[in-house]
Amino acid sequence: MTRRTCREMTVGELTPLGQSERPGEFYRLRLLGPGFGTWEPGQFVMLRPASWDLELLWGRPFSLAGADEEGVSLFFQVVGRGTRRLAALAPGEKVTVWGPLGNGFAVEPGTRTLMLAGGVGLAPFLGYAAAHPAPENLELLFAHRLPLDCYPYGELAARLRAEAVHEATPADLPRVIRRITEKIAEYAPDGLVLACGPTPFLRTVRQAALDHGVRAQVSLENRMACGVGACLGCVCRDGLGHHVQVCTQGPVFWAGDVQL
Amino acid sequence: MDLTTDITGLRLKNPVLTASGTFGFGLEFEDYGDLRDLGGIVVKGLSLKPREGNPMPRLAETPCGMLNAIGIQNPGVECFLRDKLPRLPWRETAVIANLYACGVEEFGELAGVLSAEEGVAALEINVSCPNVKEGGAAFGQDPLQIGRVTEAVKKRAGTKPVIVKLSPNVTDIAACARAAESAGADALSAVNTLLGMAVDVRTRRPRLANVVGGLSGPAIKPVALRCVFQCVRAVGIPVIGLGGISSAEDALEFLLVGAAAVQVGTANFLRPDFAFRLARELPEALAAVGAAGLDAYRGGLVLPE
Ligand SMILES: Cc1cc2nc3c(=O)[nH]c(=O)nc-3n(C[C@H](O)[C@H](O)[C@H](O)COP(=O)(O)OP(=O)(O)OC[C@H]3O[C@@H](n4cnc5c(N)ncnc54)[C@H](O)[C@@H]3O)c2cc1C
Ligand SMILES: Cc1cc2nc3c(=O)[nH]c(=O)nc-3n(C[C@H](O)[C@H](O)[C@H](O)COP(=O)(O)O)c2cc1C
Ligand code: FES
Repeated sequence: MTRRTCREMTVGELTPLGQSERPGEFYRLRLLGPGFGTWEPGQFVMLRPASWDLELLWGRPFSLAGADEEGVSLFFQVVGRGTRRLAALAPGEKVTVWGPLGNGFAVEPGTRTLMLAGGVGLAPFLGYAAAHPAPENLELLFAHRLPLDCYPYGELAARLRAEAVHEATPADLPRVIRRITEKIAEYAPDGLVLACGPTPFLRTVRQAALDHGVRAQVSLENRMACGVGACLGCVCRDGLGHHVQVCTQGPVFWAGDVQL
Repeated sequence: MDLTTDITGLRLKNPVLTASGTFGFGLEFEDYGDLRDLGGIVVKGLSLKPREGNPMPRLAETPCGMLNAIGIQNPGVECFLRDKLPRLPWRETAVIANLYACGVEEFGELAGVLSAEEGVAALEINVSCPNVKEGGAAFGQDPLQIGRVTEAVKKRAGTKPVIVKLSPNVTDIAACARAAESAGADALSAVNTLLGMAVDVRTRRPRLANVVGGLSGPAIKPVALRCVFQCVRAVGIPVIGLGGISSAEDALEFLLVGAAAVQVGTANFLRPDFAFRLARELPEALAAVGAAGLDAYRGGLVLPE
């Protein structure tokens, strides 16, 4: 059982990654302090630096890229007010962290498993690959828009079968979708597909998986306020059309059990 | 320090309650603290039948605040009584039901269902939710309607104290407070969210699917405090204060203007153990301002001559 807690952690290293046209866009963040002894890849934490005071109220959700008793590792992209300020954190600053939250990706050691990542959706797969008992059964397909060195792709590619598809301009999109769809089809009928990335990407994955009859899980990134199932702000529609909380019922759903 | 508080028959071990809609059914927070340490839990707004709520996006963060347009998504009162209430430590912590309905009759019916339940300590009527087209805000803005709903609930509430939760989206909150009191309310809570809006300049769309929503958090505290102040002076029944409370000092401000107790809402999102910490820190905060006790401090606002 993973037990959830709320704790103070300290910023360890904040390492910039790669170069995109917007400098300072990608970071690896290591938070120190009592970490999580037990967690599942695909789970996430909410974090809120003390320096936000009362200006930014919500914690921000980030997938666990790694965690142990000493601390946690995250990987993030600067997109708005909160992540911009995260990128400016200094080592030693205090951050409130609650988690581990939500459910993780299915782990089926004997099953051929395709990890499909779109952009920062790569984050949970770092943890997934590290914890998997049979990494020889894993394969990664990584769809990205920005230069490859913005993401911690290299370290995964060094250990696993991995392929990156680049969408340099919107004109590349059909090619990227074709490649994703081909890859998914290779996993029919008995493989497992796991996907994390922006919603349009997940929509493509979900449709292809349903079309080819492949078992697939998708990890959603809905906006969250509480992270613990209380505010009902992060809901999506389940297979029956009911609103369910992504933070507690997800973020990982079986493709057939969620509407995108 | 003795923190026990009596709100017309509702006994609380301390004056820290959690605000409806921000603390789920309490069970979501069990990992982060002991629910028995809270004065009480006001659960998510309940309706007779389950409600799916509004479409997404339902939330937007604003400077020092947030907008929500959840639309009272809830599993219905039966599910609450069957699946949630029995798991709550209601013998040790007051569990207060927050009622939402579309009409006067329905409010009465809901009160009838809840009044039969031993585990429910009091009923809080939400006449002030800005997010539902039918009824919600309209009730809360008309003293006459507030009176009618309060009467209907009071009639079916049996021995349960009835709290009326007021909207700040009115010109004269004192008139609303008096209407509730005359109709038999045992207490008031003030305030619900302020009607607000946010727009994305790039997509040119409102940030909420519902277009407008309820503003809460530290940004509304001065307005909420003024409302509580005006209510306290307008009525003889206890007033529970809420709106933007994000520290023990904020809670003291509400107590000073005369609030009998406080509710913590949006601050539960700052960190999930916020309410537990506030309940723990309150005696210290009172001592730090030289208060001999809660009762001695409450309502002790010094007004200019
Ligand atoms: C379970 C989960 C895991 C996540 N894991 C990661 C991760 O490992 N690495 C990472 O970089 N990001 C991750 N995200 C997304 C991350 O939480 C958001 O990018 C972040 O909250 C944005 O905060 P902000 O204050 O900078 O943006 P805001 O100021 O809130 O918004 C600015 C922009 O960010 C977008 N945005 C806001 N919230 C989200 C969101 N939840 N998802 C996607 N876009 C959003 C908005 O649409 C807007 O364009 C995850 C989200 C979830 C729900
Ligand atoms: C996400 C959310 C959901 C809410 N749902 C309800 C509700 O169901 N019933 C109700 O009476 N008030 C509801 N409220 C209002 C709060 O209980 C409270 O009155 C308001 O947020 C102001 O307090 P705060 O600034 O401390 O949050 C909700 C508020 C938020 C933020
Ligand atoms: S973020 Fe609050 S319910 Fe999911």
